Amino acid sequence: MTSVTSEETMRTDYTSRLKDHGGLIALAVILVFNIIVTPNFLQTQTLAVNISQVATIAIVAMGMTLVIATGGIDLSVGAVMALSGALAPLIFLSDFGQAYPVLGLIAALLCPLLAALVCGLFNGIIVSVLKVQPIIATLILFISGRGIAQVLTNGNLQTFSNPEFSYLGTGKILGFPFQGWLALAIACLLFWVVNRTIFGRYLLAIGGNERAARLAGGPVRRVKIGAYVICSVLSGLAGLIVVAINSASDAARNGNLMELDAIAAAVVGGALLHGGKAPIFGAILGAVIIQLVKYTLLANGVEDEVALIAKAAIILAAVYIQQARKE
Amino acid sequence: MAPLLTMTGIKKHFGGVPALRNASLEIEPGEVHALIGQNGAGKSTLIKILTGLYRRDEGEVTFAGAPSHLSSPREAQNAGIATIYQELNLVPLRSVSENVVMGQEPKSFGFMINWPEAHKRTREILSRFGIEIDVTAPLGSYSTAIQQLVAIARAVSMDAKLVIMDEPTSSLDSSEVEILFGVVRELKSSGVSVLYVSHFLDELFQICDRVTIMRDGQTVGCREITDTSKLDLIAAMLGRNAKEIEAEGLTELAGGSAAFDEVVLAVDKVATGPRLSDFSMSLHRGEIVGLGGLLGSGRTEAARSIFGLDTLTSGTIRLKGKEFKPAEPSEAIRARIGFLTEDRKAEGIVPDMSVRENLTLALLPSLRRNGQIDRDREKELVDEFIRKLGIKTSHMDQPIRELSGGNQQKVLLARWLATKPDILILDEPTRGVDVGAKREIQAIIRTFVDEGHAVILISSEFEELVEGANRIVVMHEGKAVSELTNPGITENALVRALAHHEDATT
Repeated sequence: MTSVTSEETMRTDYTSRLKDHGGLIALAVILVFNIIVTPNFLQTQTLAVNISQVATIAIVAMGMTLVIATGGIDLSVGAVMALSGALAPLIFLSDFGQAYPVLGLIAALLCPLLAALVCGLFNGIIVSVLKVQPIIATLILFISGRGIAQVLTNGNLQTFSNPEFSYLGTGKILGFPFQGWLALAIACLLFWVVNRTIFGRYLLAIGGNERAARLAGGPVRRVKIGAYVICSVLSGLAGLIVVAINSASDAARNGNLMELDAIAAAVVGGALLHGGKAPIFGAILGAVIIQLVKYTLLANGVEDEVALIAKAAIILAAVYIQQARKE
Repeated sequence: MAPLLTMTGIKKHFGGVPALRNASLEIEPGEVHALIGQNGAGKSTLIKILTGLYRRDEGEVTFAGAPSHLSSPREAQNAGIATIYQELNLVPLRSVSENVVMGQEPKSFGFMINWPEAHKRTREILSRFGIEIDVTAPLGSYSTAIQQLVAIARAVSMDAKLVIMDEPTSSLDSSEVEILFGVVRELKSSGVSVLYVSHFLDELFQICDRVTIMRDGQTVGCREITDTSKLDLIAAMLGRNAKEIEAEGLTELAGGSAAFDEVVLAVDKVATGPRLSDFSMSLHRGEIVGLGGLLGSGRTEAARSIFGLDTLTSGTIRLKGKEFKPAEPSEAIRARIGFLTEDRKAEGIVPDMSVRENLTLALLPSLRRNGQIDRDREKELVDEFIRKLGIKTSHMDQPIRELSGGNQQKVLLARWLATKPDILILDEPTRGVDVGAKREIQAIIRTFVDEGHAVILISSEFEELVEGANRIVVMHEGKAVSELTNPGITENALVRALAHHEDATT
C-alpha cells in the first residue's frame, strides 16, 4: 500500500514538474544540443541575430496571450502587421514626410499604431458586443487587413532609406538589438498589468468563468475589447519592426503566418486555450523555443520546410502537456 | 404480465456523497409512468443509470425480461430505451427527414441514401401522431413542440419499448401540450411505455397511470394516479403528512407583522418575460423576505430582475425611494446589492483562481490604488473574512476548486459581504453544503440582517424560509400570488399555500 502511494506521488511529482517547467526543460535541451552540435553557437553574433528575430514573435505572442486568456483567439495579427508596416513608409515617404522629417517620423510611428488600435477595436467589438466567435470575428481582418495593405501600396515593394526609422529594427543598446529591449520592456509592463491591475484580474476571471465575472460586476465587454486592442497594437508595432529591419515594406509577406507562430508561442508558454491564464514570460519563452528550433535546423543545413514540421511537433507536445494538466 | 422494467435497490455514490440510497422503479408494458421528486431527490441520477450514462454501485435492473447492464446511451438505445431530453439532441439545420432517419437511412445500391423513401417513411411515422408537415424543411424552422415530437417520432421509429421524457412540457404552450399528450396516448396504445418526468403535477393526472415518488435518493412510494391527489403527492415529495397539511387552518397564517419602517426596496408589477410576468414585493431594513414557490415559479427570475441581469419589460423597482433600473450587475453592485447565485459552479466561483482572488472579485473597483490593486488591503480583508466566516483553507492563495462545497459557498458569501451591501439576494445559499456549514452560513446571514441590512432569500428548504423569513412572498408561474407573514408561518402553512395555488390554476 505504502509503496503504491509513494510511487504514485513520484509519478505525479514527475508529471507536474514536466507540466510546470516543460518549456524551460525544452529550452535547456535545445541549448545543450546547439552548444555541442551547431558551429559558432556560443557567439554574441548568434545571440544578437536570434534576439532580433525572436522579438517580433515575442511581442505578438504576448498580445495573443492576453486574448487567449479571455478564451478568445486573434487570427488577424499577421494582417495587422502588414497593414501597419505598409502605412509607415507611405507616411514618411509622402510629400509631408519629406518636408517635415521629424513630424513625418513621429506620424509614421503613431499612425500605423493608431490604425492597429482601430483594428483591435473592430475585433473586440465584434467578439464582445456582437458575440461572434473569436475565430470567425478575427478571420474578417485576417483576410481583409492584408488586402487593404496591398491596395494601399498597389502591391508594390516599398524600399526606403531612413536611418531614424530603421533604428527600430537595427539599433543596438549595450550590444543587443533595440527590439529585444523593447520586447523585454513590454513584457515587464504586461506582467504588471496582468498580475497587479484590476484589468488583469478581470481578464483572468473572465477567461476562468465569464458568467461569474459578469455577476461579480466585471466589465466583460470593456476588458475583452481591451485585450484585442492591446494585441492589435502590439502586432502593429511588430509590423513596424519588420519593416525597419528590412528597410522595405512588402505587404504580401510582412507578418505572413505570424498568427500561427504567435499562437504556438503562447500555447508553448502555457496559455490555456479555454482561457483564464496569461503567462506573459511564458509567451516569451515559447517564442524563444520556436525561434531556436528554427535557427538550429537552419544552422545545421536542414531546409525551411522541415523546420515547419518541427514547429508542428513542438505545438503537438505543448498541447499534449496541456491536456495532461487539465486532468 | 411481467413488468417491462424493474429497478430495485439502486445505490449510487459520487465521491462519498450518496445520490441514490435505495431507489426502485417498476414500469409495466404500455404504461405511462410518472417520476416526481424535488430537486436533488435523485430522479435524474436514476434516469442516467437507466440510460447507461452512469453505472450503478449496487442494485438490480431487469429490462424486457433480462438482467440489464447498460454502459452507454447507445446500448440503451439499441435495447429499446429512448430518451427525449430537455435540450433536444437533434440537428436543427438539417431536414426533418434527415433527423428522423439519421443512423438508419434507407439505401439504394447499398451506399446512396434513398431520399424519396426516407421522406415517405418520415411522413408515415409523423402522421401516426397526427403531424402533417413538410419533412424536407429544416427542423429548426419548426416550433419547439414540433421538434420535440420529431424527437419522439425518431425514438418510436427505432422500435423503442420505453421512451423517457424529461420535462417535456417545460417549453411548450398549452395547445402544444395537448398535441404532446396525444402522442403519449398514441405511444401507450401501441404498447410503448413512457417514463414521464415533470414538475407540473396537474399533467400527471391527465396522462399518467402510476406515479413513483422520490425523496433524498430513495423511492418513497408508488401509487395509482387515480388513488392519489395533488396534496398527497406534494406531501410525499416533501416528506410531510398530508392530513397535517389538510388540518392546518388558514387562520393561523394571520400573525402580527413586525414593525419595519424603512423600505429599502419596492418592486412593483415587474415583468421580464414569460417566466416572470407579475412580481411585486417590498423589503425593509433588518428584514428577510423569502421567495417561496416550486421550481419554475419565477423565483430566480425575480432575483435576476433586481440585479440587472434581465431587462424589465414593465413595472418599476424603487431603491431607497429612487427609481432603479440596472442594466448590468455592476450597476446593482454599485447600488449596494449583492446576488449569491444558485449555481455555484457555473455562476459563482472562478475555479482556477485562488480563494483570495475569488473573494475580492466583486470588490475590485474599491481596491484600486495608484492604478493597481492594493494588495496589502486585499490580504487584510481576505484574512479578516477567512477568520470571521471560519473558511477552511490551507492559505488564501489556494485554488478555490480545492475547497469543499460549503467553504466555497462561504467564500462567495464573503465576496458579497465584503462589498458592504445593503441588500443581499441569496438564491439557495445552503444547497449542496453539509449540515455543519449550513448552520454556519445561516448564522452569517442572521448576523448580516441583525446589523440592519436586508435579505431576499430563495430556498427550497422550507425550514429556512419558515424560520428565517419575516415574510414569504409566494410565487406561482411567474407571478407573486400571496404573502405570508411571521410570526405565524408554519411549514405546513407554506406547503398549503404552494399547493393551493397549484390547485387554483386547475
